[in-house]
Amino acid sequence: MTFRLTNTAKTYPDGTRALLSTELTVNNGEIVSLLGPSGCGKTTLLRIIAGLETPDAGSDIWFDEDNVTSLPVERRKVGMVFQSYALFPNMSVRANIGYGLKMQKLPKQEIDARVTEVLEMCQLQKFSARAISALSGGQRQRVALARAIAPRPRLLLLDEPLSALDASLREVLRDELAVLLREFNITAIFVTHDQDEAMAIADRVAVMSNGRVVQSGTPEELYRNPNSAFVAGFVGNAMLLDGKNTGNVLILEGGELKLPSEGTGQNVFVRAEDVKIDDNGPLCGQVETITFLGTHYRIGIKGITPNLLTSVFAGQSAPKVGQRVKVAIGPEALMLLPEGAV
Amino acid sequence: MFKTKTKILQLTVTLTACTFLLVPMILSVMAGVTANYFQGISSGLTLKWVFRVWELYADSIFLSMWLAITCLIATLIIGLPAAYGLARHPGWLSRLLEEFISLPLAVPGLALALALLQLYGSMKGFRASWTFILVGHVLYTLPFMVRSILAVLASMDLKTLEEGAASLGASPWQRFRDIVVPNAMPGILAGALTVVTLSIGEFNLTWMLHTPYLKTLPVGLADSYASMRLEVASAYTLVFFVLIVPLLMAMQWASARAQRISQ
Amino acid sequence: MVSGESEAGWAIYLDILRKPRYLNTLVLTVLVSLATTVAALAISTTAGMFLSRNRFKGRGILLSIMTLPLAFPGVVIGFLIILLGGRQGLVNQITPGHVVFAYSVVGLFLGYLYFSIPRVLLTVMAAAEKLDPELEEAARTLGASPYRVVVNVILPGLMPSLVAAGAIAFATAMGAFGTAFTLATNIDVIPMVIYTEFTLSANIAMAAALSIVLGIVTWALLLIARSLSGTTVAAGG
Repeated sequence: MTFRLTNTAKTYPDGTRALLSTELTVNNGEIVSLLGPSGCGKTTLLRIIAGLETPDAGSDIWFDEDNVTSLPVERRKVGMVFQSYALFPNMSVRANIGYGLKMQKLPKQEIDARVTEVLEMCQLQKFSARAISALSGGQRQRVALARAIAPRPRLLLLDEPLSALDASLREVLRDELAVLLREFNITAIFVTHDQDEAMAIADRVAVMSNGRVVQSGTPEELYRNPNSAFVAGFVGNAMLLDGKNTGNVLILEGGELKLPSEGTGQNVFVRAEDVKIDDNGPLCGQVETITFLGTHYRIGIKGITPNLLTSVFAGQSAPKVGQRVKVAIGPEALMLLPEGAV
Repeated sequence: MFKTKTKILQLTVTLTACTFLLVPMILSVMAGVTANYFQGISSGLTLKWVFRVWELYADSIFLSMWLAITCLIATLIIGLPAAYGLARHPGWLSRLLEEFISLPLAVPGLALALALLQLYGSMKGFRASWTFILVGHVLYTLPFMVRSILAVLASMDLKTLEEGAASLGASPWQRFRDIVVPNAMPGILAGALTVVTLSIGEFNLTWMLHTPYLKTLPVGLADSYASMRLEVASAYTLVFFVLIVPLLMAMQWASARAQRISQ
Repeated sequence: MVSGESEAGWAIYLDILRKPRYLNTLVLTVLVSLATTVAALAISTTAGMFLSRNRFKGRGILLSIMTLPLAFPGVVIGFLIILLGGRQGLVNQITPGHVVFAYSVVGLFLGYLYFSIPRVLLTVMAAAEKLDPELEEAARTLGASPYRVVVNVILPGLMPSLVAAGAIAFATAMGAFGTAFTLATNIDVIPMVIYTEFTLSANIAMAAALSIVLGIVTWALLLIARSLSGTTVAAGG
């Protein structure tokens, strides 16, 4: 199913504008992630799509050729995985998964057959008779997913489906979820505040800030060509090189850098992995902090920009704290974004 | 605002229930300040019935206040150390003791009163004194005090706090005074207001325990309902409302506060 | 409780079941208490869900009205019912016929109901606040109608509290003395029989036996209630 939403906004009775006018299209079978910090409106947008919130007048939501804007949630045929999973404690795993089918008043044999099929797909056969309280966090997450897809919804919605899990489990289940969602071959929208999660699971990421979508694209596009300081910072933690640029040259406290193009009126950003410690580098600073992270070091360098400039250092012998170092940044690694862009 | 049928039905039930609860209260207040209830409000508003109540029942009102205060003191003296002991030594014995203290909560006041009469009825001096009623009130209200304090104490890590104080050189008494009591304050306050509210309104026990010379406010109320004209009975009820409603509101506020703290 | 100078011993308990007067009393008390419990649960659950789910002007006032009777002793409630349905009561004044219900079983039932509504309401509202709204939303995304949401999600979630509140309402009604004292001048309910046996007939053994039966029943019910909800509610009245 192709999902389309136009001119959709949400203003609360107290005047808070949770969502500014938004356009969003999700193609058939595509998995899109809504990524943003808390309070950016991503959950509001998801709940509007589900039908759990009423959008402002003038909003339009289309499921293929159906305008579902005024359709109540129970008739929209969406599947939703909630942040807390919201599994019914008074029902077994099997009854939870079959609930949506029961609501469609399907014959009992068909419900049984379809629940069994979904249980297998999600590898939950062993747990089918269990009570919800007897499941681990990861198992609950899978039951929630199974329950949402069992009625074959037109659109699957996931609200921070991994945030209730331990950090160690989260990474494993993230990859598992990415595989399962593609197996279901379903159109899905997935809300998260975690950029790694968004990039690992989604075909396309829509970055949100202050109630609107600021950029939408594949994970690679967002990473390499952010359109704003916000996206550059939120996706891949880009750092601002705060200095003075005149023409093709950026003048920093610790030296001068050549820019790839005309830089007047632009802010320059760089990512830690592109900041190289190099004896022939044009910038000069002093090591302030060193953090050993197993595969690499993170080195904080002062004296180049007003804040610490972070460099990822993969070599064997890291410099010492207090040591003066030379730093190089290739012109191709610099991202120029217009000043004042949010 | 209330668009759906379900909500309209819910609102109707709520409003009907409110009407059922409120109308008799209003009738009672009105009857208490109307010159002649039979003729209705047109006979004029007056405070003479309230003054009449004061003449007839001032002693009862003062006795109830006195009982409430002494009952509060007694439940504090017994309840605070009891709650502290129960919180400090959790286990089956404490639970059993708590259940034992709470028994008067579950057993109807009438049965409790009969038991007291059977036990102490023959001790004439005690039977005829106000302290006999006090014993009944303390039995009845103590569980509320203990539970209220216990709920707050159970929510904090009392053991570690006390160990912390002990490591700084505080004696057991100093720890109780400086750590336990201040932290239990919301529970003590909620418990105290509950005890006073319940004691002032207590009828079931008191009716059985009272003597003709010792009538509390609710006993006086029952007396006025049976033998006085409707206006006097209503005016007396009005006096009771004026006394009990602010107490109830304070009690609800304090209990909600104690509950927030203990979560 | 001490059953006093009872020579009859255990036989007195058999009397409760054998003598029609006591047996009828027992049956009537249980029936009125059951009716009170059912009505209070229905009214307070509806109103409690409504008040905890909707924020509107006047909600605070409605809530205050519905919790005020918490502090009223049974005698006062009895008097309020008399003002409503007694000979000089409101209903008798505004209706053409001669409608006096205060001293009948209906009056007693209304008095018990007056007493129970606030207590059940508070229990239900406390439980309603703890319900996870995501559960209801989940049911709706799965296609459940509002009615199914109530049956499959809200009622199961409230069930422990409803059982507890019901037990409290029932136990309170069984032992309610004050209300019965003002209203049940012609009706035999257990607390009134205990009172008359004790004061008028001086049948102390019977009064004690009835109190013990009553005490054990209410204590057991409230034990169940407390283990299900963990709340402390006064059993006075």
